[in-house]
Amino acid sequence: MIKRSIFSNPYLPYLLILPQILVTLTFFYWPAFDGLINSMLVSDPFGNYSRFVWFKNFIALFTDFLYLKSIGITLMFSLATAITSMSLGLLIATLANRALKGKAIIRTMLIWPYAVAPAISGILWLFLLHPSYGVVALAIKKFLGVDWNPVLHGGDAMVMVIMASAWKEISYNFVFFIAGMQAIPKSLIEAAAMDGASPFRRFWNITLPLLSPTLFFLMVMNIIYSFFETFGVIHTMTQGGPGGSTNILVYKVYQDGFIGLNLGSSSAQSVVLMSIIIVVTILQFKYVEKKVQYTG
Amino acid sequence: MVEKTPILDTLTYVFLVLGILIVGFPIIYALIAASLPIEDVSKVPMPLIPGDYLLANFTTAWTKGNLGTQLINSFIMASGITIGKISVSLIGAFSIVYFDYRLRKIAFISVFCTLMLPVEVRILPTYEMAANLLGPIQSLVNVMHLNWLIDWFANYDIDISLNLSLLDTYPGLILPLVASATCTFLFRQFFLTIPEELCEAAKMDGASAMTFFRKILFPLSKTNIAALVVIEFVYGWNQYLWPLLITTNPKMMTAVIGLQNIIPQADDLPFWNVAMAGSLIVMLPPVLVVLLMQRWFVKGLVDPEK
Repeated sequence: MIKRSIFSNPYLPYLLILPQILVTLTFFYWPAFDGLINSMLVSDPFGNYSRFVWFKNFIALFTDFLYLKSIGITLMFSLATAITSMSLGLLIATLANRALKGKAIIRTMLIWPYAVAPAISGILWLFLLHPSYGVVALAIKKFLGVDWNPVLHGGDAMVMVIMASAWKEISYNFVFFIAGMQAIPKSLIEAAAMDGASPFRRFWNITLPLLSPTLFFLMVMNIIYSFFETFGVIHTMTQGGPGGSTNILVYKVYQDGFIGLNLGSSSAQSVVLMSIIIVVTILQFKYVEKKVQYTG
Repeated sequence: MVEKTPILDTLTYVFLVLGILIVGFPIIYALIAASLPIEDVSKVPMPLIPGDYLLANFTTAWTKGNLGTQLINSFIMASGITIGKISVSLIGAFSIVYFDYRLRKIAFISVFCTLMLPVEVRILPTYEMAANLLGPIQSLVNVMHLNWLIDWFANYDIDISLNLSLLDTYPGLILPLVASATCTFLFRQFFLTIPEELCEAAKMDGASAMTFFRKILFPLSKTNIAALVVIEFVYGWNQYLWPLLITTNPKMMTAVIGLQNIIPQADDLPFWNVAMAGSLIVMLPPVLVVLLMQRWFVKGLVDPEK
């Protein structure tokens, strides 16, 4: 889209867009292109020779048990993280929306975890869930009777990274949910109340359907968050272990490319990740946005 | 609320306080741990009464983690990303919305293709690019056998190797993260809502494009800029994967990466008090920015969604 009333100048618009184009070309398009080429090459770790192999790297990837396992782990991890932090965010936002007094203070006290780095959230929870020193670990052992040890048990490690990743995102979800709830016309709620609908019923039949655009948007954002930004959580807490049980896709790209120096495979994995994000974005913009409810 | 529900209202507040406590628990606990000596912090369960070792642990974390240098690095990186991203996208969006030129569509599409793709999906090639900024020219030289041509010209055997590395530099930390269209998109959306009359009036008064930008567009964008400053500063400060790759020199490390050095490993003494103290120091700047600029931050986060 463009304005009706515009300026005309032969060179100024090019000059203005130039920095953006330069930065995008250098640090986005060339690397993306290079990655695409590299994903079809096989080269030795020292970069002495490389050979063009078409899609062999991709075929190797999708027949590799470890990669398929990593896809499964990533899906489980991101769904669990998204659902945990979204439901807690929704719950707290519903409560805060009901509160009559102190809304500003409540918001302040809930908003700040947004600013905590995923890696630092990882460190905090590493301490809380430490098998010998952690207080939450102690509670889990005592009340649930579980032999909690994320250093040894893959399942425990998974629960640990989900908790650390979800905690940080609660405030992000809270901000969007409360904004969405405040945008719902009061008259709708009042009309339902007059018809005798209980607060729970009003939430279920009015608030939640009207929040569906927010819900959908947050689902996408949370999944993208847990696909990529949780790298810091994994790196500080488990390094993908034990036994690859928390080795999510983005961590595997890093491990194979920078520690294993398998450039071809790592590039192919990057291309797969990029394709996943492109599909999600297109889905968001084109398909699903039409289906969620925008108006009462 | 609509009707009187005293029991439900009380329950609301009870659960709300509970929720706030659960959200705040990791930090409260970290604060207590950071105020205890090593003997207390390694007790199971740790005592919940704060000790008076807070300052001592902060000092230990500061020197052990070399936090002074790293916090400065983090600050330079976060401000660089913030300023770079906002200024590049502000003028970029101005160009796209207020001018009509032949390559406008192509520029628009090529920038917005990058909207949702974070640096994490293209780490390896971006790393190669940062390791040698002139790599594309080098490969062009190789592909087109320009070496031979230059040898022939110079009548002398020259091996061309172009090298300009961004590893362990501030531009290397900053520039690849500036390559994102999110801010450009937000400014474009905002510019499109500005009434046409403003531009028409300015033109009628004989204002040039840059005068219009400076005197009208920029002042109108101030709230949006404030919101983006918060969001991008937090984003820049909390970056992990990219600084991890591009810095090997401890003097160039950012604070969030440096914290890794003070987490107690399996065979160390459990200095969790120091680790918690360090974590609290490093998380303080972005938390402060969010809390102090809360109003703009919430607006900037939520508004573009509508």
